[in-house]
Amino acid sequence: MSRIYKALFTLLTITLMTAPVAAQELTGTLKKIKDTGVVKIGHRDASIPFSYLDDQQKPIGYGVDICLKIVDAIKAELKMPGVKVEFVPVTSQTRIPILSGGNIDMECGSTTNSVERQKQVAFAPTYFMTGTKLIVKKSSGIKGYDGLKGKTVVYTQGTTNERAMKAYNDEKKLGINFIPAKDHAESFLAVDTGRAAGFPMDDILLYSLRASAKNPADFEVVGEFLSDDPYGIMMRKDDPAFKKLVDNTVTGLYKSGEINKIYTKWFQSAIPPKGINLGFPMSDALKALVKNPSDQGVEACGKMKC
Amino acid sequence: MFTGFDFDVIQRSLPYLWQGMVFTLGLTMLSMAGGIFLGTLLALMRLSSSRILNLPAGGYVNLLRSTPLILVIFWFYFLVPIAIKKISGDAYAQGIGPFYSALIAFTMFEAAYYCEIIRAGIQSVPRGQVQAAYALGLNYRLAMMKVVLPQAFRNMIPILLTQGIILFQDTSLVYVVGLTDFMGAAGKVAQRDGRLVEMYLFAALVYFLLCFTASHIVKRLQVRYSVGR
Amino acid sequence: MDFSVFFQPAFSGGGIYLDWVLSGIKWTLLVSILAWIIAFSVGSVLGVLRTSHLTVLRAPATVYVEIFRNVPLLVQMFIWYFVLPEIVPKSVGMWMKQGMPLPEFWSAVLCLGFYTASRVAEQVRSGIQSIPKGQTEAGLAMGLTRVQVYRHVLLPMGYRIVIPPLTSEFLTIFKNSSVALTIGVLELTAQARQISEYTFRTFEVFTVATVVYLLITLTVTVAMRALEKKVRVPGYIGSAGK
Repeated sequence: MSRIYKALFTLLTITLMTAPVAAQELTGTLKKIKDTGVVKIGHRDASIPFSYLDDQQKPIGYGVDICLKIVDAIKAELKMPGVKVEFVPVTSQTRIPILSGGNIDMECGSTTNSVERQKQVAFAPTYFMTGTKLIVKKSSGIKGYDGLKGKTVVYTQGTTNERAMKAYNDEKKLGINFIPAKDHAESFLAVDTGRAAGFPMDDILLYSLRASAKNPADFEVVGEFLSDDPYGIMMRKDDPAFKKLVDNTVTGLYKSGEINKIYTKWFQSAIPPKGINLGFPMSDALKALVKNPSDQGVEACGKMKC
Repeated sequence: MFTGFDFDVIQRSLPYLWQGMVFTLGLTMLSMAGGIFLGTLLALMRLSSSRILNLPAGGYVNLLRSTPLILVIFWFYFLVPIAIKKISGDAYAQGIGPFYSALIAFTMFEAAYYCEIIRAGIQSVPRGQVQAAYALGLNYRLAMMKVVLPQAFRNMIPILLTQGIILFQDTSLVYVVGLTDFMGAAGKVAQRDGRLVEMYLFAALVYFLLCFTASHIVKRLQVRYSVGR
Repeated sequence: MDFSVFFQPAFSGGGIYLDWVLSGIKWTLLVSILAWIIAFSVGSVLGVLRTSHLTVLRAPATVYVEIFRNVPLLVQMFIWYFVLPEIVPKSVGMWMKQGMPLPEFWSAVLCLGFYTASRVAEQVRSGIQSIPKGQTEAGLAMGLTRVQVYRHVLLPMGYRIVIPPLTSEFLTIFKNSSVALTIGVLELTAQARQISEYTFRTFEVFTVATVVYLLITLTVTVAMRALEKKVRVPGYIGSAGK
C-alpha cells in the first residue's frame, strides 16, 4: 500500500469514527434542550429524601442530586455549559401528564417503575428499591392491613400504593373507607390529626415522614410488603438518544461507586430541613441493582391481582 | 385556644409566600388583560348580525360558563400540550410551561365572563350614538373604536374590576395542579411543617384584606363614575 | 376517540368506569343541592337583615357578607375541613374527624352553603331594595308592622324579582361544587380525573364530564325559566336585570 493510500485510509477511518458525533442530528429532548438552553426537571414537594423542599423551599434530595448529574452529562454532550435548570413542581397525579405534555424533561422523585406506566413513559435504571407498607398511630393498636377493617384509610392520589391497597381491600373485603389526598405530606397529616387510621405508602417515605414528624414516637410502620416498588427517573417514551444519555449517566454513577457517596449523603447522614439522619443503609436488593442495573418495571397492583 | 400553635412559621416562610403572591398577581393581571381583550372580540362577535360570527361565540361562551373552572384548568393543563404535539406533528414539542398553561386556561375561561359583561356594556350605549357615528361617515371599526367602546368601557370599569377581584380569588385553584401560587406556597409550607391551622388562617387573612380593600376602592370608583354621568 | 373505555371493568370496586361517572354525578348533585338549601335559607335571612333599618341587625349581616365574599372558596374549604376541627375543643374536633359520617362531604356542603349564602344575600338585598319605597310606606300606613310588611309585601315581590340572578347563583353552585375535590370528595370532576389516571383516556373522560355539566346547566336553566314564568309579576317583566 502506498503512502498516499495509507494516508487516505487513515483519514477515512478518522472521518468514519468522528462522523457519528459530528453529523449525528440531535433529536427529541436533547434537541429541545439545545434549542432552548433549559432542562426542565419535575420535582416533588414531600418525597423525603428523594425530592422535597428544604427550608428555603428549594427542591433537594437523592433523586434531585442524580438528576443534576444528568444535567452535567447533558451539558457535556451538548457542549453547552450554560444550560439552565428549571424546576417544576409535580404531584403523584400530575407527573405523567406533565411529562408527556413536555412541561418537564425528566422527573426526579419517587416514581415506581411499573409495567403499566411504561406504556406512557420511560424509566432510567432503578435507583431505589422499596415497597408498600402502612403507617399508623401507635396508640391505634393496628398491627397490619387487616386491622384496617371498616376504618378510614388515606392514600396519595395517583400512586401504585393506592392501587395495591385498593386491590387488597377488594380481595379481603375489608370495607375500608378511602379518602384521597394530594401529596404524601397531606396524607401523613391525615393520620397525624386522627382523620385516617392508616396511610399505605412506600416504606422509605413512611420512615422519612415519621422522622420529620413532631412526635416520631407516636407512629409505627407496620405490615408486610404489599408491593415491590423500584424507583426510577422518569422521562418521555420513544426518545432513545436521551434515554441512553440518562441511562449511561446513572450506570456510570453505579460503576464509579459515586452512588455510594450520594446514597450516604441522603440516607445515612443529617439532611435538611431538620437535620434528621434516616440511618437507612443500602438494601441488598439495591446493591444487586447497582451491580446489575435494570430498568425493569413491576406490576401496578403489587402482590395483588388487578 | 391557640396553645401549641406556632405562628412563627409564617414569618419564616414569608419570602416563599411572597414568591407565590408574585405568581398569583402576575397570573391575575395577565389573564385579566387577556380575558378583556378576548372577551371584547367575543362580545363583538356575539353582537354581530352574522350567524357565522355570533353562533360560535355564543356557543363558546355558554360552554365555558357551564363548566367548572377546575375542569377547565385540567383541560388546558393536561390536554393543550398534547394538542400542540398533535397539531405541530412534533412528538417532542416543548410544553409551554406551567405558568403559561395556567395563564391560557384562565384567559380562555375569563374571556367568557368578560364577554357577557362587555356585551351588556356595549348594549348600554344608546343606539343613537352608533347611528350618529355612521351618519358622520365612520365605518363599523371606527364607530366601535372611537365611539362605542370608549363609552362602554367607561361604564363598565367597576364591573370589570369586580370580576378581576373574583379572578384573583379564583387563581388559588391552580392548587389542583400543584403550582406554587400564594395559596400553593402556603399549602406546601403548611403540609411540610404540619402547620395547617396557622398557614390557612394566614392565607385567608391576606386574601380577605386584599380583596376587601380592592372592592372598597372599586365601590368608590363606582360612585365617582356614576356622578360623572 | 374511544368511548368504550366507560364500559371497561373498573379497577376497583367491581362495576365499570361508567359507574364511577354516575357516582361522581351523584355526589356533585348531593353537594350542590344540600349546599343550595343552606345558601338559600341563610342567604335570605342575611339579605333581609341587610335591608333592616336597625344597625344591630344590619351590621352583623354586612360583616358576614364581606368576610365570606372576600376569601377564596378554596381557602374556605380548607378552613372548614382542616382548620376547624383543630381549633374547637378536642373532643368535638375528634368527632368531626372520626365520629361523624362522611366528614369531607359534610364539610363541603357546609362550606359551599355558607359561602353561597353571602352571594344569595346580596341578590335578595338588591331585590328588596329595588322595590319602590312607596310600597313599604303604603304597607306601614295601612297599619302593618315592619315584619308584616316584609312578609306580605317585600318578600313576595322581592323573591320574584330575584329569580333570574338567583338562577345564576344556583348554576354557580354546581360548578363550585367541584372545589370539594380538594378535600377528597369524589364528585364528578374528581372521578373524571381518577378515571383518566387509570385509563389514560383523558380526552374522552373530560369530554363526558363537560357534557354532564352542560346538561345540568341546561336542565336548571329550563326549570328556572318555567318557574320564573309561573310566578312572574304582571308589569314587572325583567325588572331586576342581571
